[in-house]
Amino acid sequence: MSMMLAWSVTTAQILLGCAMACAAFRILRGPRAQDRVVGFDSLYVNAMLLLLTFGIRTGSTLYFEAALIIALLGFVSTVVLAKFLLRGEVIE
Amino acid sequence: MSAAGELSALPAVLTAVFLVSGAAVTLVGALGLLRLRTFYERVHAPTLGTTLGTAFIAIASMIYFSALGTGPVLHELLIIVLVITTTPIGLMILVNAALFRDKLENDGALQRHAKDGIADPLLDKGAPQEPRAE
Repeated sequence: MSMMLAWSVTTAQILLGCAMACAAFRILRGPRAQDRVVGFDSLYVNAMLLLLTFGIRTGSTLYFEAALIIALLGFVSTVVLAKFLLRGEVIE
Repeated sequence: MSAAGELSALPAVLTAVFLVSGAAVTLVGALGLLRLRTFYERVHAPTLGTTLGTAFIAIASMIYFSALGTGPVLHELLIIVLVITTTPIGLMILVNAALFRDKLENDGALQRHAKDGIADPLLDKGAPQEPRAE
């Protein structure tokens, strides 16, 4: 039974890695700045999910805090980048 | 996988199903981000990963750690609530910025067009050609 769990964790990691590659392609090749910001948003969410999967693989709860910090700071950075695209400066 | 040996059958199956389905849904959203054509279509695709993918993988983590330890582990609800509430806010601000930039660029293009003296290129076709100051 643990064999099946190990294989499913590996499969989930491969799928999330492909999703991160798609987001990274959109960051590198996005035609405009807002496309790159959407790709960045998708990239940090996928990285957070990959950290949760690492936590299941190793059986330690330490990865949970890292995922929570990534979720918090990723939201803040997306809002700041959108604000920069809107106004040209972050703090008015 | 050192700790997974003592896990019973039902939590292991539930964890595996939720984990793989969450990762697959996230990959579908990322493929949409890759393949859709315009920005306003593309901004919808990754929300599949941020809502369903996050919920499935966090539920898998909750089931796994609840089955490993004593008593339920509900930390991952924090991540679910945080991501599901913050992603629409960020994307709405981003779409506002994109609309503003598109409108700005279109107005600039129209003004350049009017400064060249060509209001409508179809009307200009029959007129005698005059040398345009380049």
